[in-house]
Amino acid sequence: MPKVQKAVEFEAATLQFGNRVLWKDLDVAIETGEFIAVLGPNGSGKTTFLKVLLGLQRLTHGSVLVRGLRVGTDNQHIGYVPQQKSFDRWLPVRGRDLVHLGLDGNKFGFVHQPDNAKRAIDAAIEAVGAMAYADTPIGLLSGGEQQRLRIAQAIVGEPDLLLCDEPLLSLDVTAQAAVASLINDYRKQLKATVIFVTHEINPILPYVDRVLYIANGQWVLDTPDRVLQSRTLSRLYGSTVEVVNVRGRLIVLGTEEAAAHHEVEA
Amino acid sequence: MNLAQYLTQAFAQHALLAGGLVAIACGLIGPFVISRGMSFAVHGTSELAFTGAAAGLLIGDNPIAGAYAGSIVVAAVLGALGSRERERDSTIGVILAFGLGLGVLFLSYYHGFATQATNILFGNIFGVGSDQLFALLVVALVALTVMMFIYRPLLFASVDPDVALAKGVPVKLLGIVFLFVLAFTVTSAAQIVGTLLVLSLAITPAAAAQRLATKPMTITLLSITFALVASIGGILASLMSGTIKPSVLVTMISFGIYVFARVIGTPPTRGNRNIIESSQPKQT
Repeated sequence: MPKVQKAVEFEAATLQFGNRVLWKDLDVAIETGEFIAVLGPNGSGKTTFLKVLLGLQRLTHGSVLVRGLRVGTDNQHIGYVPQQKSFDRWLPVRGRDLVHLGLDGNKFGFVHQPDNAKRAIDAAIEAVGAMAYADTPIGLLSGGEQQRLRIAQAIVGEPDLLLCDEPLLSLDVTAQAAVASLINDYRKQLKATVIFVTHEINPILPYVDRVLYIANGQWVLDTPDRVLQSRTLSRLYGSTVEVVNVRGRLIVLGTEEAAAHHEVEA
Repeated sequence: MNLAQYLTQAFAQHALLAGGLVAIACGLIGPFVISRGMSFAVHGTSELAFTGAAAGLLIGDNPIAGAYAGSIVVAAVLGALGSRERERDSTIGVILAFGLGLGVLFLSYYHGFATQATNILFGNIFGVGSDQLFALLVVALVALTVMMFIYRPLLFASVDPDVALAKGVPVKLLGIVFLFVLAFTVTSAAQIVGTLLVLSLAITPAAAAQRLATKPMTITLLSITFALVASIGGILASLMSGTIKPSVLVTMISFGIYVFARVIGTPPTRGNRNIIESSQPKQT
């Protein structure tokens, strides 16, 4: 197979706020089409990691390229799925409008809407199975329904990179599974890269190629089974962390204490 | 004089033209004022137009120029101080209270016609001269052009700021641009209905429109229509009555439309209630 452009490339990237180092000397190359989970305790800089990729946060040192380009130069080709946040009931916006904004909401001026815009919007809504409630004001939908439309919004421009920031938060287990599988379906179809920030690995575990685990300013990137084991995480946290497998679900124990411990020390 | 005779008079024609222009601009910004939670900002900027107008009266006997200058100052201060909604509200409260005090101070030093002062507060559409009409026309056209140019990104930034930011929309800059458009529009409207009653053109029509539609573009068009009906209707009704001030009738009609919309408009509902979110992959 011919060598494809790296989706994301970090070189000696360091990010710190004042004295607090979020991560140091990050050297990471993410291949096109990979599904990357970004894990780590609260405050470890997972969301900031996405912000860096969007060009909304500068690195303190080092460099980062997205598809070989400087960050922030081509955000139109990046899909972004934010945390589920409830919309105001009276917000005068339907799911369809939200998807539409994902397609051309960044364009200024009197844009003539081409015929294929409506087709693209319909296709995205259809792909996430949200046609039945796409014309309902977004604030009246359930969290899971809103997130389906969020995914339609993210994929409508057929981006080759999807950045997801805790998109499963506050969803029930069924909705979590549905949303995770929709994201993976899109990745498969378009050979897109997915970078998925989460604190809960289990719903996406079947799809994940590699895990980027950030803690205490350190990081490790490897396959899930190599990262999510007691030895690796204990080394990362600098204290005892245990990973247990309960009927196929991975449960990580001891991270909260380790993070708290570290904060006291720092 | 009857209505037909009035309509041949320059003052009535000026009033209708000015009222129409201001209504279109107000109707256009209204839905954004609501979705961005800026009703209080409208109120604040309009009351502070009073301070500017009083200063204008005192300095150069020109309340209109003073009002516009004041609105630029207010927009700049609000833009610089508070970006978050809650923070912004308290900032507006603080500036509003101080500004009104300042306005009263200016007026106490002003020894011209007292009606000039009440005109600022309650509007004087029948006193619109051709200079002023020209100023209104320019402001309305600029507001319209800017709003049409930024409509889509502004909608994105208003309803979905996180994703808008990720898509490269300059969310913060748009907020400031909108603040200036709002300040100018509101100051223009203040000349028609007065600073105290501006909300009846800048908010009420949009609020009524939201009761009747869910599509952003439809809401905007309805909002403009309602503002036009209230403004033109109020001026015509005032001409017919001969005694009642137009600003009073503008607010009455505007409120009437809102009540009507609340009564006939059904609250938004889901297309289909029994679709429960979940596992079935595709609903048909």
